Amino acid sequence: MTRRSAPALDVSHLAPGAFGHRSLLWWGTMGMILIEGTAFGLMIAAYFYLRLRNDTWPPNVPPPDLKWGTLNLIVLLVSAVPNELAKKAAERIDLGAVRLWLVVCLVFGVGFNVIRAFEFSTLNCLWSTNAYGSVVWMLLGLHTVHIATDVLDTGVLTALIFTGPIEEKRFVDVSENAMYWYFVVLTWIPIYAVIYIAPRLT
Amino acid sequence: MTPSAPSERPPDERQREERPDRVLPPVVDQDAADVERVWTEPRGFFGWFTHVNHKSIGRRYIITAFVFFGLAGILAALMRLQLSRADNSFLGPDLYNQIFTMHGTTMMFLFAVPVMEAIGIYVVPLMVGARNIAFPRLNAFSYWMYLFGGIFLFTMFLLNTGPDVGWFAYVPLAGPQYTPGKRADVWAQLITFTEVAALAVSVEIIVTVFKMRTPGMSLNRVPIFVWAQVVTAFMVIFAMPSIMIASTCLILDRLVGTHFYNQAEGGDPLLWQHLFWFFGHPEVYIIFIPATGMVSTIVTTFSKRHMFGYLAVALSLVTTAFMGFGLWVHHMFATGLPQLGANFFTGASIIIAIPTGIQIFCWIATMWGGRVWVRAPMLWALGFFGVFIIGGLTGVFLAAVPLDWQLHDTFFVVAHFHYVLIGGAVFPLFGAIYYWYPKITGRLMSERLASVHFWLFFIGFNMTFFPMHKLGLDGMPRRVYTYPPETGWSTLNMVASTGALLMFVAVAIFVYNAIASLSAGEEAGDNPWDAGTLEWATSSPPPNCNFLYPPTVAGREPLWDNPPDQPVVVGLRTDVRDVLVTHVLDATPDHRVEFPEPSVWPFLTALATTGLFIGSIFTPWGVVYGAIPLFLTLAGWFWPKRLGETGTQTWPIVARTLPKAGEAPGEAA
Repeated sequence: MTRRSAPALDVSHLAPGAFGHRSLLWWGTMGMILIEGTAFGLMIAAYFYLRLRNDTWPPNVPPPDLKWGTLNLIVLLVSAVPNELAKKAAERIDLGAVRLWLVVCLVFGVGFNVIRAFEFSTLNCLWSTNAYGSVVWMLLGLHTVHIATDVLDTGVLTALIFTGPIEEKRFVDVSENAMYWYFVVLTWIPIYAVIYIAPRLT
Repeated sequence: MTPSAPSERPPDERQREERPDRVLPPVVDQDAADVERVWTEPRGFFGWFTHVNHKSIGRRYIITAFVFFGLAGILAALMRLQLSRADNSFLGPDLYNQIFTMHGTTMMFLFAVPVMEAIGIYVVPLMVGARNIAFPRLNAFSYWMYLFGGIFLFTMFLLNTGPDVGWFAYVPLAGPQYTPGKRADVWAQLITFTEVAALAVSVEIIVTVFKMRTPGMSLNRVPIFVWAQVVTAFMVIFAMPSIMIASTCLILDRLVGTHFYNQAEGGDPLLWQHLFWFFGHPEVYIIFIPATGMVSTIVTTFSKRHMFGYLAVALSLVTTAFMGFGLWVHHMFATGLPQLGANFFTGASIIIAIPTGIQIFCWIATMWGGRVWVRAPMLWALGFFGVFIIGGLTGVFLAAVPLDWQLHDTFFVVAHFHYVLIGGAVFPLFGAIYYWYPKITGRLMSERLASVHFWLFFIGFNMTFFPMHKLGLDGMPRRVYTYPPETGWSTLNMVASTGALLMFVAVAIFVYNAIASLSAGEEAGDNPWDAGTLEWATSSPPPNCNFLYPPTVAGREPLWDNPPDQPVVVGLRTDVRDVLVTHVLDATPDHRVEFPEPSVWPFLTALATTGLFIGSIFTPWGVVYGAIPLFLTLAGWFWPKRLGETGTQTWPIVARTLPKAGEAPGEAA
């Protein structure tokens, strides 16, 4: 191992971390996104498979009310703004702005989880009503697990960023947290379309 | 990206890497001491639960997988004992159902997939010149989930609650109506355990290979085994969510009254088969592709020659992975699908033989032009060729709908997939164990015992499974616990059972060899096979940091291709677990990153997750209550242990060290 005479490639001047796709964390987050995106995709495929197997869709129940789901679509899309501001602040290493925008993100997160409870109550069916009810609850449930864990995750990060002491690399965590948030927001668009629009198209 | 063939040219004509001409500072011994101290894992009983080193976790993974291999093998032996003669009453139908389900489930979910990933966990970071696997704590978590899942399954089996619905758990049999009780729930939750473990490892492998390759290892120099591991990792990522969705829907049908698979309420049992086989067919390649990577490695080393057709082989792996997702319906030909659909999947199933064929011809060409040295690993690679080709051929038969209809659910299918899985995966795996054992332990395994192991296993394997082709053609169905004497199947079944006994003895010899060689084996040295990849550039067993100064590479087989003055990487910190991160395509240095210290939190998090998974079988509230300890342990995991003592600078940050997003690579501000 001790090769004293070997020429050396010195890496000591390299930065102790990086943002975006240069960081390991970004790739890890993308891996998670691929896995969960595949799960969402398969669940949507299962929805349409079951729809093919039923003569009427939704079978014997009215489609879900549009109100809460649409409101949540708007809230989720708007939450991309504080999310982006938190990401930009992290990349500037601006502690004050990171704290501010993380808290705003958290407020949004709690908000869309509360609205989600109303969404469940206006699906107009139960998971045990029929296969349609099962797949709609599953889709909404799967997405709810994601927004709930993302809010808990952001909560821990926010607590960390307030209590400190804060390391510089913590800002990479904030930046990557924003990527995952985007994933959760963006997946809601197709899932919203499947749950709320698809039953209205004949 | 266009790969040149540096091997075929004499060394002086090789394209030299541009390299700095500085010489190592005279602090090597001090560095060695510091780096080893930083990378050493805690000792003692409690320390054992905190390990995050890929070699430590990899060893545990390999040993655990072989324990499950042994257990599933014993179950197989019991089945062969039962089937050895007609009208046997050694096992009753209920226990037989549990045993064949446990055998299949254990072999697929607790042995075949994990053992391939286990070898990847140990070998891949070494092969790419990294100091640890990416996300080492996730790696530890993955191991604990895998272990707890396996313990859970076997505990339930001993409590007479082992799953009894086949390793594929078809509904409606596995549904609430036909399998009341907890047996099918145990199966469904075991799936969740193993999938969490496998998915975690896949992400680690991909990130390690994409971002942590040592400088010089551009994509066209990545060893074929590493390619195979990456391709497999991507397959896991796209296939495993399907079985998680499927088994979650199954357990919901069983526990809270959903109707995904309930025909009466608009569900469809075939949805299960689609979701299951969308995972299940890629699963075969998830097991087979790493095995082909092992064969490529062994053939290269023991032919003393660069892989023939490197690009073709790498592309074959990728092609196989893509096509592997387009075959699943060939498991469902007997379900009455439309003819057109069946035709498509027949075509796809036959076409996938092409990339595999390309690999086989490249191996033959590699051996043809090389000097083949037959030691234990190569013996298994050669055995693989014979056995796997038979399994591949019967696979082409079964891809044809009329033949499939005739042979579906007969022992012909059992013969086919054991030729593919044992021939295609276990043979290369044994080769890989003989090949990397000296790296892992520092000692060689006995060649004499290895030959006995090989020949007993080879003969026993063919005795067991070849007669099953005939039994299947004669109409003997799978998954029945006995058969009447007038069928005339007794003789061939007796032959098969005798073969199973030989395999059992062979594996016992292998286990003895592996244990005895730990102390009695010949000292291996750094590179006993004179191989070309980087895991052989360090001591055997490797030091905790893998490489004091990570080597850089100038070819596909660095130990053969590197010029003597090839530079090594210096300047990584010696006071923290500092790791070099490089660029995806050309592996040029980008930045450094500090890796986590040992931690008990992955273990605690896995315990909490286990509580949630098992609790949810008994009450849906298990998910709610189980989420609380899970959240607390996860928070504990992410909370920094020693704030500000190491790593990047703490607040207030005077001079920023992290480059701005989009800034030129490798430059600190």
